[in-house]
Amino acid sequence: MTSVAATAPAHGVHHAPQSFWRKYIFSTDHKIIGIQFLFVSLFFLLVGGVLAMQMRWALGFPGKPMPGAGLLPETMAANGVILPEYYVQLVSMHGTFMVFFAIMPLLVGVYANFLIPLKIGAHDMAFPRINMASFWMALFAGLLMFASFFVPEGAIRSGWTNYAPLSARPDLSGVTIGQQLWCISIVVLGLSSVMGSLNYITTIINHRAPGMTWFRMPLSVWALFITAILAVLALPVLQGAAILLLFDQTIGTHFFDPPAGGQALLWQHLFWFFGHPEVYILILPAMGMVSDMIANGSRKPIFGYHSMVFAIVAIGFLGWLVWGHHMFMSGMNPTLGSSFMISTLVIAVPSAVKVFNWLGTMWRGNLRFHVPMLNAVAFVAMFTIGGLSGVFMAATPVDMFIHDTQFIVAHLHYVLFGGSLFALFGAITYWYPKMFGRMMSEPLGKVHFWLTFVFYNCTFFPMHILGMGGQMRRLYDPTQYDFLKPQQPLNVFVSISAFLLFATQLLFAFNFLWNLKKGKKAPLNPWEDNGLEWSLPSPAPHGNWDRPPTVYRGPYEFSAPEAGSRDYLPQNEKLPTDREPASAATPAAGH
Amino acid sequence: MRWWLPPAASTYAGDIDFMFTLILVITGIALVIVEAGVIWFSVAYRARPGRRAFYTHGSTKAEVVWSAIPAVTVVILGIMSNGLWNRIKGRDSVPAGAYPIGVHAKQFEWQLTYPGPDGQLGTADDFTVRNQLHVPVGRPVVVHLSAEDVIHSFFVPEFRLKQDAVPGMEIRAWFEATKVDSMELGCAELCGMGHYRMRARVWVWPADKYDACVKQASQQFLDCLRPSPAEGATRRTGS
Repeated sequence: MTSVAATAPAHGVHHAPQSFWRKYIFSTDHKIIGIQFLFVSLFFLLVGGVLAMQMRWALGFPGKPMPGAGLLPETMAANGVILPEYYVQLVSMHGTFMVFFAIMPLLVGVYANFLIPLKIGAHDMAFPRINMASFWMALFAGLLMFASFFVPEGAIRSGWTNYAPLSARPDLSGVTIGQQLWCISIVVLGLSSVMGSLNYITTIINHRAPGMTWFRMPLSVWALFITAILAVLALPVLQGAAILLLFDQTIGTHFFDPPAGGQALLWQHLFWFFGHPEVYILILPAMGMVSDMIANGSRKPIFGYHSMVFAIVAIGFLGWLVWGHHMFMSGMNPTLGSSFMISTLVIAVPSAVKVFNWLGTMWRGNLRFHVPMLNAVAFVAMFTIGGLSGVFMAATPVDMFIHDTQFIVAHLHYVLFGGSLFALFGAITYWYPKMFGRMMSEPLGKVHFWLTFVFYNCTFFPMHILGMGGQMRRLYDPTQYDFLKPQQPLNVFVSISAFLLFATQLLFAFNFLWNLKKGKKAPLNPWEDNGLEWSLPSPAPHGNWDRPPTVYRGPYEFSAPEAGSRDYLPQNEKLPTDREPASAATPAAGH
Repeated sequence: MRWWLPPAASTYAGDIDFMFTLILVITGIALVIVEAGVIWFSVAYRARPGRRAFYTHGSTKAEVVWSAIPAVTVVILGIMSNGLWNRIKGRDSVPAGAYPIGVHAKQFEWQLTYPGPDGQLGTADDFTVRNQLHVPVGRPVVVHLSAEDVIHSFFVPEFRLKQDAVPGMEIRAWFEATKVDSMELGCAELCGMGHYRMRARVWVWPADKYDACVKQASQQFLDCLRPSPAEGATRRTGS
């Protein structure tokens, strides 16, 4: 019944020993590059979290000295009290770091790099050196962005969205160098992202193993494929906008400066034409990986695999037609508002299909609640809240009230934390053995999951209520407004929950770091999965396979009758009834 | 502590609240279905020794149903929302004869320009007041929004009205207050480090008193309104 491929690791290729520098620093191995992205983006996730904690202090305890504020210079805090000019930097840089340097590289930089070749049976990326350059440029961009806290006047103060003319006019924002660093960093990051994405697209098209047809690809690979297409088309728009903004700052152009003939709304159109596809860049890979984990945890094939693929494609396409829903109150022609409302409501349909198909996958399964499964199920439960709260702001008249309030903050965190970050906690745990050859602690992972789940909801759910009360976003001190004063106890509750949520992440950091060296050795196929990556030793060698594996079926054949007593059936396991693929589906599978 | 929307104080606020409540009910039902499914399946189908998952790749019939129901629902919501949107913000939505007030936003204050005795903006008898928006009750008011420097956003929660004020554009937005009251006008768009204190007060006056006072010039206008009925002068704390 079982073939060689399922029981013993395939032979990895053997290269001559490499120096530490070649192997771990200037590596062209897609797996090492993925791991490099992992460490760097977890660092920036921590940075974003530390910024958020300071914001929550200001919101929960306005005017009170913050513990530890003595470490901040007097341009940021006076007598321990966070200053308004520092608060707007916190707001702006929290969003910037989380979107551009934490969630996006965690999903795409880490998992597109790490998973695509392993899951499609390729030796490496199509362009390994471009891949390495992509990592180093992303790191450089992140450090540039980080440096902006340390220049005179500090970092940007115009939100992660950098609405012009505030961002374009140093005399109005009070920021000169920090704003220029933001623009340069984004241009560099965009280059990194485009280089990476071209690589992912080329690799998936050209380097699939024999038998790995399009509809045998795991949904994670499908999602990363569509994400890469979105990134290649979206990031250059942001880069162009950032360059124009930089010109306004430095060489006296007035693209976004109305008194001199520029247009304020031009920035918003450019930014959100990038920004809404970006939202899907930040969720599609999470959806893909959650699909893999839920099928595995349910021991069942994905319910409606084809419609899951079509939903990803539909979301990827419709994602280009909805950017104006960020601008309903901007003064844009109200008729455009109507059309953007319709396209936004329509995009709810493929999202709903995905949620029901995940439920369908769990239905009559044999559910194993390992840590990745717990996080993946939480993703479904929390993403649903984020998706449904989106209907409120899609409906233009309701958006008149909740636009730019804490309701929006709640919504986006239900998608990006409840969605993307839970998926990432699952994915990191799931592929940790493949990366490092060791397991993360299961009990610690479960404690981390449950505490995170509770504190996360205590942090973000009340923000809906704060927003319904009218509390605006990006407000340094809500108690300035009489009508917001009665809500202040809820702000205190949210802040304390946020501190506990942050503290809980130390468990994750410990679990992650400690087990790099001390973790239990990973078995060959710890989750009893069907993916090609589990036919290799962990960690897999540079070059992955000596001969490309042959694929006989889709990735979700759990509990298939022909699997016999086992409840899984690896993609590359040949059954007597399987025929060899007509030829190598893709002649370029090697290199 | 407030757990719901602020009190409604404009003619369309009730309609917006109705849409909000309707969406809350519909999404609430969807939420309960999904979360109940998650919990039910998690408990009922948890792994047990000797059990095997039901091997299936899906059901086209089920997928058609759960695609069609959300699609129909959102289309209906879209049509309903669009009618209300056009009534409030559509190009020709400003009621004829609405009383005009100029609202000029700058870092970090609101400058309100009143049309003076002639009831026309842009004439010599206009006068401007900082951070005090006085409007009559029961009469449509149209604000002509402009911005001096950066983008600001005109937000009166009780009216359910929000509209950005954008440099280089003049944007009109209207409302009709439904009760004599006082509330706050806030800035809802990050406009710099002083964003949090870009705050003004709104007073809604009985129409006859307003008419009598608005015929005066700037300072007399305020003096005329000031010895005011208690309901106008007390600061509502919104509890």
